[in-house]
Amino acid sequence: MSALVSQSERPPPPAPAGTGARKLTERAFRIRESGIIVVLVVFVAVTASVQPRFLNITNIQFILVNTTVFALLALGETMVVISRNYDLSVGSVLGLSAYLSASLFGGHPGFPIPLAFLAGLGIGLGCGMLNGIMVAAGRVPSLVVTLATLYIFRGTDILIVGGKEVVANSLPSAFLEIPKATVLGIPVLAIAIAVVIGIGAYYLRSFRSGRELYAMGSNPDAARLAGIPVGRRVFVAFTVSGAIAGVAGVLWAAQYGTIDSTAGTGYELQVISAVVVGGVAIFGGSGSAVGAALGALLLNTISSALYVLGISPFWNQAIFGFLLLLAITLDRFISVRLTAALRVRGARHE
Amino acid sequence: MQLRQTAGLAVPLVVASVLLAACSSSGSSSTSTSGGTSSSSASSSGAGGLKTGLKVFVIPKNLGNNYFTTADSSKSGGAIAALEALGETGTETSGTAATPASQIPAIQGAISKGANALIVSATDPTALCPTLNAAMKRGITVVTYDSDAPTCRDLFINQASTAQIGTSEVDVLAKQLNQTGDIAIVSATASATNQNAWIGYMKQELKKYPKMKLVSTVYGNDDPTTATQVTQGLLQQFPNLKGIISPTTVGIAAAAAVLDTPKYRGKIALTGLGTPDSLKKYVSDGTIKEFVLWKPNDLGFLAGYAAVQVASGKLNGSQGQKFTAGKLGSFTVGADKTVLLGPPFVFTSDNINQFDF
Amino acid sequence: MSDRIRAWMGPLLRWETGLALVVVIIGIVGASVSSQFFTSNNIFNLGLSYGEIAIMTLPMTLIVISGEIDLSVASILGMSSALLGYLWARHWPMLGIFLLVAVVGLAAGAINGLLVTRLGLPSLAVTIGTLAVYRGIATILLGPNTVANFPVTYTNLGVNAFPFTGNDLTYSAAIFIVLAIVFGIVLHATPFGRSVYAMGASVEAAQFAGIRVKRNKTILFMTSGLVCALAGVLLTFRLNTAVQNNGLGLELAVVAIVLLGGVSIFGGKGTVIGVVLGVLAFAGIQNALFLTDFNQEAAGIVTGALLLLSVFGRNAASFSSRLRQWRPARPGRGGGLRASTGQEPGNPAGITPP
Repeated sequence: MSALVSQSERPPPPAPAGTGARKLTERAFRIRESGIIVVLVVFVAVTASVQPRFLNITNIQFILVNTTVFALLALGETMVVISRNYDLSVGSVLGLSAYLSASLFGGHPGFPIPLAFLAGLGIGLGCGMLNGIMVAAGRVPSLVVTLATLYIFRGTDILIVGGKEVVANSLPSAFLEIPKATVLGIPVLAIAIAVVIGIGAYYLRSFRSGRELYAMGSNPDAARLAGIPVGRRVFVAFTVSGAIAGVAGVLWAAQYGTIDSTAGTGYELQVISAVVVGGVAIFGGSGSAVGAALGALLLNTISSALYVLGISPFWNQAIFGFLLLLAITLDRFISVRLTAALRVRGARHE
Repeated sequence: MQLRQTAGLAVPLVVASVLLAACSSSGSSSTSTSGGTSSSSASSSGAGGLKTGLKVFVIPKNLGNNYFTTADSSKSGGAIAALEALGETGTETSGTAATPASQIPAIQGAISKGANALIVSATDPTALCPTLNAAMKRGITVVTYDSDAPTCRDLFINQASTAQIGTSEVDVLAKQLNQTGDIAIVSATASATNQNAWIGYMKQELKKYPKMKLVSTVYGNDDPTTATQVTQGLLQQFPNLKGIISPTTVGIAAAAAVLDTPKYRGKIALTGLGTPDSLKKYVSDGTIKEFVLWKPNDLGFLAGYAAVQVASGKLNGSQGQKFTAGKLGSFTVGADKTVLLGPPFVFTSDNINQFDF
Repeated sequence: MSDRIRAWMGPLLRWETGLALVVVIIGIVGASVSSQFFTSNNIFNLGLSYGEIAIMTLPMTLIVISGEIDLSVASILGMSSALLGYLWARHWPMLGIFLLVAVVGLAAGAINGLLVTRLGLPSLAVTIGTLAVYRGIATILLGPNTVANFPVTYTNLGVNAFPFTGNDLTYSAAIFIVLAIVFGIVLHATPFGRSVYAMGASVEAAQFAGIRVKRNKTILFMTSGLVCALAGVLLTFRLNTAVQNNGLGLELAVVAIVLLGGVSIFGGKGTVIGVVLGVLAFAGIQNALFLTDFNQEAAGIVTGALLLLSVFGRNAASFSSRLRQWRPARPGRGGGLRASTGQEPGNPAGITPP
């Protein structure tokens, strides 16, 4: 996809600290993120005016809880996409982790819940490391690798699970209560995920290794020449993405209670849609974790709104697709303006 | 350059070893035959004039589905158990996507492997017909079970009368609601034959309860996420909702998970078709009082027997023909070349613990 | 053939040779474990099951070589199937339906092309969006309904073989062969085909060479739309069913086959022969697995493994040398300085924008 790296379309690389260029880039990110918030607010307002029950506390709780899994996946995917890679295997990793970690309860009554989360984390970590090694050391395109592991992990899942399923009866009530617990009306899970996203966003923005991911996505050659250990960063990005998908799997199990070999099927495209709607450039170099999480929230809200409004569900897909196209057009527009502004600014500083 | 050439040769070698490993590790219950596109290559007569040694393939909508595994496998007393009891060989095969495109290669594969009979749960009422008709033209018996393809099979084994499945769910709900209130249906995919047939009968039965109204039918697509969202949408759209019917195992489990909170438990009645195992928790904590199903293993068992009867020339689907299906007793062929397993079974907290599927 | 073509084909033939060997091995192994493998009946069935997928890989090949991707192919197939059913249920004449379906396919491709070339949007994101939009249109058209009463003359293409060729060749396989030849000639022996390679290698260089990149890419997407619409019609007649989820999920298989055929995801490399071999390998393996009672649930693992082999096999030489050089970075020193990376072949000289 060499056209993706054509010079005129590449987003601006993050400038060194302290210059006005960095501030401008930051402002662009903020604008993009606030853009999503604006769309979200407008959407909610319009829906609520037609159907006030959309905004009642139960529905908000529903939407937040439904979003948690996708927001998590979006965080991991963001890290990968920023560095100009793709992780298509997240759905399969989620499914594998959901079944395996949930089945631990059935086999051993009294199995501690945190251990199940650790198991899910471990499974995801392993899958992510596999992806990471192949992409980093093998220097093969991540789109192909993760497409292959999408098949391989799902096939492994089907082999292991066969026709079985984990049923709600075998899971401890405390585990199933996790998505339902609320504090002052806000789901605990939503708060936890918001914290995690915040940590992720902080890392990407403020840690050198985080910023290096942006550099790698903007211009891999320059990044390499600048001494960034590209291979290692890519490996870590995929490992983290896998680990996150693993934890998301455990949460998925807690949410739905019944897990078979189809869990998580098709999630990869949904996650990438959320990430793109959230302002992460599809060919890397720019975007934020918060934006991606907001993108996931927006898509889930729209989904819920359509169902609450009673709009024929047959319209859902078309509306999503249209919104996605709108989002990427908007991003392109912003990116072009930003590049031009930075160029002018750069010239001015010469 | 040399390395690359070696790599080019390494790939075929690896592929070859994968295939050879696959062949040596395969070895399921089917016996290998030589050639033979015609049926009954190695059959002989067994008890009751039924042929033995038939190769029968059981082709559910998809593999990896607990309901079908119960219906088909030998361990649970399903179709393959019946086939083995009769001295035939039974193999379960299908795709993983529950679509015709995924199921058809499995059917074709079965035909190629010399099937004498096919037992199929149709992913679509018409899309399989070209393939199934071609099979029947070659003398292969085609019996559908669970989900029908009405114009291209010798016999259909229906789990319960379509009408009864629909009406019993409405009756169960009516009883819990004192015959008053708004209700909704959470279905599977919009195009599923059995779903639409059952819903049709539900609407008819609702006419008996003028104070109950069906306010909406939504589709969960047999996907937990979608089923959850459509259920949540119902709750917001219809604050006066009193009951939900979900005639699909994935749908009812997802709806139960949504309703399993103090706010809704007991306030909104839930019923439908579900497997006892997946719903035990919700029955025990009161989210679901009663639900309906049949015994999938019995369904498969009956289908196995029926297929062998047809393949042995004992049954041709005319109305009124009788046959026995082992421990299940005797059955009579009804209209439309359909055999009914029996009335739907109502599961309650009293009896649910007796089952483990 | 011109020298330029020969120069490109030289290194490419390495992968295609290996792949051809793979196909042969699959054939041998398949035949030895199942006497049904090479029967006329089995080959006919393979043609039926994979015909539409195979047809869709051809325009995808050109699109990927040109440096883009089209993930909406299965949705265009579904949309044309739904349109066919929708119009037939409303008693349109079949000829009129064919025309409209073709136009809609072209339009769908044109939309993809315009979004990518005129608005400069990345094709991966665009086609994920149009994947949803077109599938959505299919769903809106048919809703929960199924149309299954197509005339026998048309549905026979799912039952009968292509005339005059015995019993082996399905209509879709015949169409695939014809299209493969056409696409092969276009790609390897026309200026347009050369421009496809050029655009994939470097958009700037292609533009400087006078190639009308935007027009050509739009043509590629429109061709894909038309061909996928054709595949949709074929699928609908074969199944005698128009339903909203026809073809759901097939895009990944199409991409997998194209990659398996040796087409580089970065663009600029690949051949039609390779993709044809890829189709044979993919279909052959899945079929062999079915016939040998290998756990079909694990068929996906084999597909994934093949895909990995396809990229690692190509990179094997560079992979092993890089592995030797891959060390943790020390401050101030990169993890292996190189002038060019595997990530950006479109910029081998490392020229950065002003």
